[in-house]
Amino acid sequence: MTRKLFPVVAIAALAAVLILAVAAFSIMWNPAIAPVSAPQPSSFDTPLRREGARVVALGDCVVCHTAKGGKPFAGGLPLATPFGTIYATNITPDPQTGIGAWTLDAFKRALRHGISRDGHVLYPAFPYIHFTRMSDHDIGAAYAYLMTRDPVRATTPDNKLIFPLNFRPLVAFWNVMFLRSGERPADVSQDEQWNRGRTLVDGLGHCASCHTPLNLIGGENRNRAFDGGVVDGWDAPPLNQLANAVKPWTKEQLVTYLRTGRASEHGAAAGPMLPVTRDLGTVPLADVEAIATYILSIQKPPQTYPAKGVTMSASAERGAVIFNGSCASCHGTGSPMQTVGGRPTLAFSTAVNADSPRNAIQMMMAGIAWHGEETINYMPAFGQVFNDSQLADLATYLRDNYSQRPAWSDVGETAKKIRKENDAR
Amino acid sequence: MIKLTVNGIEHELDIDPSMPLLYALRNPLQLHGAKFGCGLGQCGACTVIVDDRAVFSCLLPVSAIGNRRVRTIESLGATDKPGKLQQAFIDHQAAQCGYCIAGMIMRATALLEKTPHPTEAQLREHMEPNLCRCSTHMRILAAIRQVAGTTETTR
Repeated sequence: MTRKLFPVVAIAALAAVLILAVAAFSIMWNPAIAPVSAPQPSSFDTPLRREGARVVALGDCVVCHTAKGGKPFAGGLPLATPFGTIYATNITPDPQTGIGAWTLDAFKRALRHGISRDGHVLYPAFPYIHFTRMSDHDIGAAYAYLMTRDPVRATTPDNKLIFPLNFRPLVAFWNVMFLRSGERPADVSQDEQWNRGRTLVDGLGHCASCHTPLNLIGGENRNRAFDGGVVDGWDAPPLNQLANAVKPWTKEQLVTYLRTGRASEHGAAAGPMLPVTRDLGTVPLADVEAIATYILSIQKPPQTYPAKGVTMSASAERGAVIFNGSCASCHGTGSPMQTVGGRPTLAFSTAVNADSPRNAIQMMMAGIAWHGEETINYMPAFGQVFNDSQLADLATYLRDNYSQRPAWSDVGETAKKIRKENDAR
Repeated sequence: MIKLTVNGIEHELDIDPSMPLLYALRNPLQLHGAKFGCGLGQCGACTVIVDDRAVFSCLLPVSAIGNRRVRTIESLGATDKPGKLQQAFIDHQAAQCGYCIAGMIMRATALLEKTPHPTEAQLREHMEPNLCRCSTHMRILAAIRQVAGTTETTR
């Protein structure tokens, strides 16, 4: 480089850096919306609040925004992400620790753009990339419902995230890549029910948040939408392979499953899906039918599987011994549990026929705890009763004896890994 | 042959490896404290301690126990010399029909060995799996609190 040219290049470089800095700042910076004193509950009309209850149930807000044993919507639930732990916030109308000082505009900005009232960006564990598809009316209804809950004074614990993600403004760049704000126009080639279903699945219901694989920076992989993901240590099964089940899902089964947590030819909701079905049990049937209609419209053709071996492995034989003493009283042929309440045989079980043993193992480790008055889906937890290799033997036996699909590999390693993950959670 | 260590005594039993522990306790070993309630892990009448955990013995096949030590209510005391929890259950008249009581006492024993002074929330969460159809739960909790030296307001 000649001496004469140097200052020009340096100035140009400096200018470029400045322009980038200004651009970066304008991407990262958002104004605060002035706090207001919490609106009186009586200022919201009752029909709107009722609609809000339905919107909030469809959005499953209470599931993440309630800590174990905590007050509803008061936040504090830790969400384990690959990048660290994020605590769900308090969305009760408490002015100091909740959203009591938020105007409707602030609430709307949070749902549509992922920005808090004071201007800081929210982490995408909050699914604003989906909530952004909600209608203004639904957002207003959710606001009316939440602002009329009992305010709870509960400070959200600090997040524990890895560097540099603990520097919030960086999320603004993530948003440039993954956030497409605003509602989507209806698809005129489809009927009203399908369009309602798509809005609920892609928007408020944010199904893809769990049921789509995430890329390295925690964004949903758009090319693999609904191909299935992992959440809280459970496989969130693919939603586009319902025709691939041993008994392909019918619309009626899907609707019943979403509203009750039970599907006659597939199994029971467990893990993070169980509370979702409890919420969906409270919304109008038409909403769940719309969800099922849309989901059944995105199916891929069923896969074919190679024939499986005929001889039982030593592991499966050990598993059979445990099964007969431990599981058969409920899951064995002719047991009361198999003849009452329309429970499917394990041969139809989604978990037993899945590509990975993860959910079968999780189910054995965690069971399904008693939950409220609804006691029909209950299974004792065996995680403390059996060790990893015993659980692996059981899983191997289930696959071998009940499924026509090829054996799972690395079952023992998977059991060990899942236990480690669960212990760390 | 299946090896089982129950209440400190080693046994060798010629039984089906799939046999649930409860049946081995009640039949060949003649320990009748643990009861058969539902056989489905839903009621807790069969609760015993395996190593240091309360388990449903109706759902644990004997061959899966390995070297783990089994303890039943018979290890805690007898009519003339009841153990602390047993005495507390008598003091509070915590049994009505009594069918669930052996399971209740074993589950409570597992808790107090690990957490001698549990909070009320810990106590209730721990005892939740065991059911009493006569509804003496409040007396059962009171008896456990007596041994733990806690009250309903312990946090």
